[in-house]
Amino acid sequence: MRNKLSTYFHRIFSERRLELLIEACGVSCIIFILAIFVFILKEAYPFLVSKFSFSEFFFSTEWHPASVVKIRYGTLALLTGTLFVTGLSMLMAVPLGLACAFYISEFCSPKMREFYKIVIEFLAAIPSVVWGFVAIMIVNPLLIKIFNIPVGLNILNASIILALMSLPLIISIGEDALRAVPETYREAAEAMGATRWEVATKVLVPAAKNGLMAAALLGVGRALGETMAVLMATGHAIQIPHSLFDPGRTLTATIAAELGESPKGGEHYQALFAIGLLLFLVSFTVNLTADYFIRGKKNV
Amino acid sequence: MFSASEHLIERQKKELRYKRLLGLISLPLFFPTILIMVWLWMKGSPALSWDFITMDPIHGMKAGGIFPAIFGTFCLVFLSILITCPLAVTAAIYLSEYAPHNIWTRIIRLAILNLAGVPSIVHALFGLGAFVLFFNMGTSILAASCTLAIMNLPVLITSTLESLKSVPQAYREASWNVGASRLQTIQHIVLPNSLSGILTGLIFSVARSAGETAAILFTGVAFYLPFLPKSVFDQCMSLSMHLFTISTQVVGVPEAYPYATALVLVGLILGVNFVAVGIRFYFRTRKKW
Amino acid sequence: MNKKVEIKNLSVTYDGHTVLDNLTLDIYKNEILTIIGPANSGKSTLLKCMNRMIDFADDAKVKGQILVDGVNIYKHRDATMLRRKIGMVSPLPVGLPMSIRENVTYAPRMAGVRNKVELEEILEDCLRKAALWDEVKDRLDTLATKLSGGQQQRLTIARALSHKPEILCLDEFSIAIDPVTTMKIEQVLATLKKDLTIVLVTNVINQAKRLGDRTAMILNGVLLDLSENKKMFSNAPKDIRTQNYIEGLFG
Repeated sequence: MRNKLSTYFHRIFSERRLELLIEACGVSCIIFILAIFVFILKEAYPFLVSKFSFSEFFFSTEWHPASVVKIRYGTLALLTGTLFVTGLSMLMAVPLGLACAFYISEFCSPKMREFYKIVIEFLAAIPSVVWGFVAIMIVNPLLIKIFNIPVGLNILNASIILALMSLPLIISIGEDALRAVPETYREAAEAMGATRWEVATKVLVPAAKNGLMAAALLGVGRALGETMAVLMATGHAIQIPHSLFDPGRTLTATIAAELGESPKGGEHYQALFAIGLLLFLVSFTVNLTADYFIRGKKNV
Repeated sequence: MFSASEHLIERQKKELRYKRLLGLISLPLFFPTILIMVWLWMKGSPALSWDFITMDPIHGMKAGGIFPAIFGTFCLVFLSILITCPLAVTAAIYLSEYAPHNIWTRIIRLAILNLAGVPSIVHALFGLGAFVLFFNMGTSILAASCTLAIMNLPVLITSTLESLKSVPQAYREASWNVGASRLQTIQHIVLPNSLSGILTGLIFSVARSAGETAAILFTGVAFYLPFLPKSVFDQCMSLSMHLFTISTQVVGVPEAYPYATALVLVGLILGVNFVAVGIRFYFRTRKKW
Repeated sequence: MNKKVEIKNLSVTYDGHTVLDNLTLDIYKNEILTIIGPANSGKSTLLKCMNRMIDFADDAKVKGQILVDGVNIYKHRDATMLRRKIGMVSPLPVGLPMSIRENVTYAPRMAGVRNKVELEEILEDCLRKAALWDEVKDRLDTLATKLSGGQQQRLTIARALSHKPEILCLDEFSIAIDPVTTMKIEQVLATLKKDLTIVLVTNVINQAKRLGDRTAMILNGVLLDLSENKKMFSNAPKDIRTQNYIEGLFG
């Protein structure tokens, strides 16, 4: 009897320890996100307290980190580049993506839906460096030919590529949102004689509004953070783009292009980490907003 | 009596019109994937040979093969999955089987969501600051794999969580009812019945990390390294980085080379994805409930 | 008579909403106690408290004591040993997604029984007791989820007996089974009474009348009546609501 009792306690004890380990793994996610923030802040900190000036950083277009004469850290051109590219790509991807989500969720037969989902998964699997390659090798000559311009690596090119890249995410989140609308809503509407199209526009859109919003926002987040494809497609030029055919530069591409050349621990290096911090905070905000739309306030 | 009124016919026509319109919009989805594959194949296949896959690059990457890049990608992916998998599965088990409905759990979920949304270049900065410099791993395979691992963590947690949640709660309750502990229930009821989903998610994240470039840019990947790494503290080449280098940084590379490299990369990734889809399909036909 | 379970001043609230209100009740050894009452009066919650499945409900708060063999069951952090003492049959049949054999031997295996012969004995014994043996003895390795609802329910009963519990709780077990099988199981319960203490929650008044030694009536979380069956189902004076319920006037 005593023996049995002791093995029992032993089992519970070790099980308890395992459970603590499991809990630690769960909590580790919080630690990781904090660690990302802390480590980037740590590298950017010396720059932030010494050279950083809010007005220069956000409102100057002069980004001359390696200049001999006058070193400048103005990110306005990069910010507008990011905004332009993201905005333009979302202009293409959001309507297209949500339309696809509607088609797949409401009008497809189950078999077609399965097929589309596999296609979307494949589209999502194509790595960003290959998209960049496509930008250089296909979209670039195509734009040159169609619009009769000297160089095809510009804002438009990057936007097209980004739109294609964020489509899978927007479609799958949007479709999830539509699927989450209870089947009874559709049945109730159809029982009253509504056609599927009327069901879709008059019942599903209001019901899935928040989820669709979140899909668009997550697409924005994806486009904001994209690096390699944008680096390869925008054509390097630190300037505020005036037309679709101007080359530009984004925040992410700047880090990718310059970090390798900047001496570790130097001011330029720290400034790039400051840009990283900015990107982190922006994506954080976008994601929190998207989450707010998905769950609303009620769900703890 | 049941014949449709004119108004109804009009509405049905409208429905058909919009349905076709939506279908027409959705159709182009196929084109990029298929087009890219066909075009890569046409341009790249002439350069694709056994030598190309098994040889080292020579003459400053203007000739030779891509074997070190393939090998490097393999090392990076393998090591990062080795790190992510136990962590992600355990974290998902915590969230699905243990986590109470409170503010902490909410914070963990938000952390995962945000971790998934962090741009890959920011992950690279983190990897550089934390693994390369702070933990003193140097620019090495290990540091790059750790960075990739953290990048993959939220994706794998989410997919694992989904498949754990698909096991009906009634099974857990039945198991607890007869005196099985939580851990035994997880081991004998929950995990065996969600294994296929976990596996599929794992394979998808293998594909994802194989193509990643930005995150490993400054943490462990060399532009040009015509020999194989000897330990996890060496640098290595990677397919994705190699593609970036020879298509933008090096002048005078034969035209077919980047195409062939891209073809190998995309082919590998889509192949891995096919495996995942196949596994999912296979297990769906043998579902136990 | 020997007290097996003593429930003292048990109150349960879900999210602030009271489900059981200050319930005090003794259950004697080797008796069949039937619990009747309309839906949502807290009968199932009472059973969940007894094997502490209520622990898994995040928003439930339990006050009061339950003693099994004189020991407070809420004293230990871990409830697995308690659950091995109590067999629980839920209203909806749940066949675990494994073979019939694995289903029935699951509980002993989790408790650490490794001996194949012993497991086979338990398997046959429990399936016989649950009146299922004859139907499945030739296909013990098929998936339990492929069985019919009634068969799965009897499998659940077999599983609840497999870890040799001292108390057997059945929560409206006859919902998914046909009358003939119900009769068979009722006969089995009557014989099991020799070794076990049985708590039976039922919506079928006649079942309570047939099977129980004593019957408890619970309404909105309050114990209205508890008496021997002879008294309960006679014209003896009792709470008017109990009287009405038994006669089918409400509920």
